[in-house]
Amino acid sequence: MTSPKDDVGQEIAKDNAEVGAVDGGVIGVVSDVEARAAFAGDAAGPVSVGQYWEQYRNKLRAGDVGSLPALLGLLVLIVVFTIAAPSTFLTTFNFANLLTQAGSICVLAMGIGFVLLLGHIDLSAGVIGGVGAGVMAMLMLKQGLPWYAAVLVALLVGVVMGLFTGVLVSAVGIPSFVVTLATFLAYQGVLLWIIGTGGTVAITDATILKISNGNMPVLFGWIVVIGSIAAYAAINLLVYQRRRSADLVVTPLPVILLRIGVIAVLLLGATFLLSQNRAKGNVVLEGIPWIAPLVGLLLVIWTFVQNRTAFGRHVYAVGGNAEAARRAGIRVGYITIACFVISSAMAVISGIIAASRLNSVTPDAGAGNTLLYAVAAAVIGGTSLFGGKGKARDAIIGGLVIAVIDNGLGLLGLQAYIKYIVTGLVLLLAASVDAISRRKRASAGR
Amino acid sequence: MTQPGDAILQLRGVNKSFGAVQVLHGVDLSIYPGQVTALVGDNGAGKSTLVKCVAGIYGIDAGEYLFEGNPVQVHGPRDAAALGIEIVYQDLALCDNLDIVQNMFLGREPKSGIVLDEAQMEIKARDTLASLSVRTVSSVRQLVASLSGGQRQTVAIAKSVLWNSKVVMLDEPTAALGVAQTRQVLDLVRRLADNGLGVLLISHNMNDVKEVSDRITALYLGRVAADIPAADVTSREIVELITSGRSERHGLAPAITQESA
Repeated sequence: MTSPKDDVGQEIAKDNAEVGAVDGGVIGVVSDVEARAAFAGDAAGPVSVGQYWEQYRNKLRAGDVGSLPALLGLLVLIVVFTIAAPSTFLTTFNFANLLTQAGSICVLAMGIGFVLLLGHIDLSAGVIGGVGAGVMAMLMLKQGLPWYAAVLVALLVGVVMGLFTGVLVSAVGIPSFVVTLATFLAYQGVLLWIIGTGGTVAITDATILKISNGNMPVLFGWIVVIGSIAAYAAINLLVYQRRRSADLVVTPLPVILLRIGVIAVLLLGATFLLSQNRAKGNVVLEGIPWIAPLVGLLLVIWTFVQNRTAFGRHVYAVGGNAEAARRAGIRVGYITIACFVISSAMAVISGIIAASRLNSVTPDAGAGNTLLYAVAAAVIGGTSLFGGKGKARDAIIGGLVIAVIDNGLGLLGLQAYIKYIVTGLVLLLAASVDAISRRKRASAGR
Repeated sequence: MTQPGDAILQLRGVNKSFGAVQVLHGVDLSIYPGQVTALVGDNGAGKSTLVKCVAGIYGIDAGEYLFEGNPVQVHGPRDAAALGIEIVYQDLALCDNLDIVQNMFLGREPKSGIVLDEAQMEIKARDTLASLSVRTVSSVRQLVASLSGGQRQTVAIAKSVLWNSKVVMLDEPTAALGVAQTRQVLDLVRRLADNGLGVLLISHNMNDVKEVSDRITALYLGRVAADIPAADVTSREIVELITSGRSERHGLAPAITQESA
């Protein structure tokens, strides 16, 4: 028994080609152009660059700073280290080295980012990476498995460890801090047990070693970079064009073009520098380190998952208001488990990258400051420790900051204690920015 | 004016106990399309329990559950949603870190392939808000955190009518709002009914109840004290029904109120 109004609504919906995809339902259908006029902001049509800038400034003033502090910090650090160590820091050799150093941190931070988005923490991710790398190394050494099979098994081990943590957190209800603190300890034991008391397992597989030590052929590097820029530009412009023609809210075209331009300049500049021969002796050392496209690919995948899929949307929802998400029919437990699985699997990839860089897996792989660096990277990049805010790219920006600090202080030949103190202070600074901007957001109602 | 058969949702003789405590005693509830039914009662009268029974969060111990005249089995919130019954909770189930469109479609996002269909969501959200004459938000892409209490309530209500819903139940929608915002929300509640939905409004505020409701169902200690057209009662009588289960002209027989008390 539907009311007469209902039927009329359906009729209009059928007749109105413009809103063909829209099922009007009980409420009478208005055409979208009419609907648009109902909202002052949307009715004005696409915002101008000036308005966009104004909106952005308001956002910053309200405490929604995103990755801006990290980008500024990165710039400052680069200037400082360039002045302090001019002959060593700003060289193409060190630039490539820096990327390799940042690689495993960025990957680990990207994975932990999912757990942080929920407002949880994963203290065991670093050690999980160590266990994964250990499993891979032992399978290749003792069982003679090819690298891809060993990597696959290591990833599966990571998934199982993530499932374990996720179930304990979501089904049993133990705080993630405690669960992962416990597994942090336990997995160190597991790694010792896998590797045995003998000490270090060497990695001899050429493919695995290439991840952190090999470079792309110069021409291939250029093709990949230019292709990526073209794809990025094409997708952005296509989306803009499509949304514009559907009268949806869009970012102004000049802003999109500027974004594409900046990314193109940065990537092309980096490619140019990395395509120079950076070896001092007679050997030729040139091309983009393989780690860069690997991290780039992971960034694209996770950015897509976070921004364009229902799963990503639900992760943000659970992080923002778990109760609201539950009432909206989202299975919060399932999302929690999935995020811990992602974190652990990414940790294994990060562990393999680190192992490739060291050419070995040590019994203390992933312990020490590995995890702290990754959490610091995510938070410095703009991911909130309170959940609900953060992007995959935050991990890259933050990872670069951490790597620059680590690398720069190392080049200055300072004693180890300074490095620890400085890194600790930078993490505190980033966490303070997070907490203060959260307070400001709350008081500004954002 | 309204016959019992016209009710879109009807409960008959519903009992509900939690352990030894019987919370609902043979409750009858009818919600009519195009009308606002107010559910009033003191704290502990069983309002929330009744709503949760309708929503399928609690099962009913005895009694009938009729939807559009047919007996139905509602075993969970999903069953209720499938029938077209939506609930707007008192503590606004919205995510601050998402925008209006994202909130309205949360958990039921339309997809093309594996990708979210943002265009469809944005258009449909705008249509729904506009059809409810919501003109207080500047953009449908605003973050919910930046909205006022009234605007948030508006979004929550708009969310509930997005899904071809036939019955919307609102739990104290104006409890935390200022005067102007209460005005907006009450107008919206009225508009829902004018659009043909069956609306159940739970409220403590007599002014709100008198202003928007067509019928009033008063609960007193788990029993229906009165189910009457709003025009037939005064605010004072409603208060009497709430506090003592009876007023001069309406209400439970004295024997029952005394036995219950």
